[in-house]
Amino acid sequence: MAVDAPQAEAVALAGMRITFGTNERGAKAFTAVEAVDLHVADGEFVAIVGPTGCGKSTLLNAAAGLLVPSAGSVRIFGQPLTGLNAQAGYLFQAEALFPWKTALDNVAIGLDVAGVPAAESQERAKDWLSRVGLAAFGGRYPHMLSGGQRKRIGLAQVLIRDPKILLMDEPFGPLDAQTRQIMGNLLLELWNAERKAVLFVTHDLEEAIALADRVVIMGAGPASRIIGQWKVDLPRPRDIMEVRLQPAFHTLHREIWSALRDEVVKGYTQAERVA
Amino acid sequence: MKQLKLTFFQIMVAVVLIGLWHVGTSVKIPAGVWGAKAFYPLDPFFFSTPWAVFERTFRDFYTGVIWYHLGITLLETTLAFFIGAAGGVLVGFWFARQQLVAAVFDPYVKMANALPRVVLAPIFGLWLGLGIWSKVALGVTLVFFIVFFNVYQGVKEVSPTVLSNARMLGMNERQLMRHVYWPSALTWMFSSLHTAVGFALVGAVVGEYLGSAAGLGYRIHQAEGVFDVTGVFSGMLVLSIFVIIIDLGVTAIENRLMVWRPTSAASQK
Repeated sequence: MAVDAPQAEAVALAGMRITFGTNERGAKAFTAVEAVDLHVADGEFVAIVGPTGCGKSTLLNAAAGLLVPSAGSVRIFGQPLTGLNAQAGYLFQAEALFPWKTALDNVAIGLDVAGVPAAESQERAKDWLSRVGLAAFGGRYPHMLSGGQRKRIGLAQVLIRDPKILLMDEPFGPLDAQTRQIMGNLLLELWNAERKAVLFVTHDLEEAIALADRVVIMGAGPASRIIGQWKVDLPRPRDIMEVRLQPAFHTLHREIWSALRDEVVKGYTQAERVA
Repeated sequence: MKQLKLTFFQIMVAVVLIGLWHVGTSVKIPAGVWGAKAFYPLDPFFFSTPWAVFERTFRDFYTGVIWYHLGITLLETTLAFFIGAAGGVLVGFWFARQQLVAAVFDPYVKMANALPRVVLAPIFGLWLGLGIWSKVALGVTLVFFIVFFNVYQGVKEVSPTVLSNARMLGMNERQLMRHVYWPSALTWMFSSLHTAVGFALVGAVVGEYLGSAAGLGYRIHQAEGVFDVTGVFSGMLVLSIFVIIIDLGVTAIENRLMVWRPTSAASQK
């Protein structure tokens, strides 16, 4: 069951603990994650699955440098992370596009702030818009686009900077089931063309298995830990719809779910006790 | 169709009100009906008549007397608006980015904002004389606080996700300012722009009213001094037309700059 840590590690989280709430008001400290060891190889697609409130997003924020862990270390390609992770692109769960910029400018902004000449950045942004299937929508503002289209723009906005690591926090969470599958296939297609290390957080186990090379299961919070890791040996390139029909998918799903179910139940009872 | 109906009713309100005014000032109630003497329900001496007001207004424009005063008031309003807005934007940004400064000045800002600005008018007259600058100063104290509070709020209320995203996309502090804080503050500022322009005008007119030698406020004050009710109403009419034209201009600018906003796109229909 255990997976060996590969050689070229894009992200290495070691002995990490993250505690919130130690503010001046003296609120009771809350430990989100505890003793987390997580290693992501270069070009590997890792999905993190866990019940609601288990601190999955907290892990991503630590890997992005948006959050400093209370204990433990974060290494990016062997180097200790200080400040923001410049090698990472982050796709957020909530709306993160700039509402005052057109779709094209939203995609181009990452290059613009890096000092790429405007003509070139616009050209490359147009190219990325067509790669996510929105070539005709460059002049629209985010509020004129659907939720799925906004996610596509977000994906292009992140990928245009060519990050070595892609952090995704339930990026397709708010979308309907069909759009999620289409977005999943788009993501796999883009990732196949250029393999980056991906850390993909989701609460949907099926989505995790269909997308990832490796599925990491986290226990119920607070102070949740990694309770298991499974390698997904399904052939690539995959199609999200078809891969779900394979017997190997079902075997793996059953195996992981039996471990996850107890944690989900535990998470619910804990939430009820708090409420 | 709906718009047509709406416009019709809007015009009807004016027609009815002016009609009542006209009838009240021109139809005498005969002696013995209500009192011993015949009288007008609205005495033309105190209420003037619609016709006299329109005639006076037309004559003022036709002979060109009013243009000079209108120009002075417009100049004061414009200066008050731009100086006040620039100050509000600068201080709003500064306070929002420097929490310590904001905390230190917080009680003083509240005190200054709570002060009725009319009491400042004589002081400004004393300091800056009876020319345009005392009126501009009064307008600035009104405009500044409206813009300041809105910019402060706009900078503080940037979505944390958008901010994190901007940082992850590699923006430095200066770029955050330009691509995130500034557009966000601008939205809030524009939502208050109608109010701010209105207050700039209020500052100018009140200032003129309390002591000056030119401007619409001065004209109204002069007319009141000689019980020239027609002149007062005529001044008010010119002022209202003036405000509506300025407001149309603001709306046009707003629609131009805020194309990305869902509400403004909807109202353009």
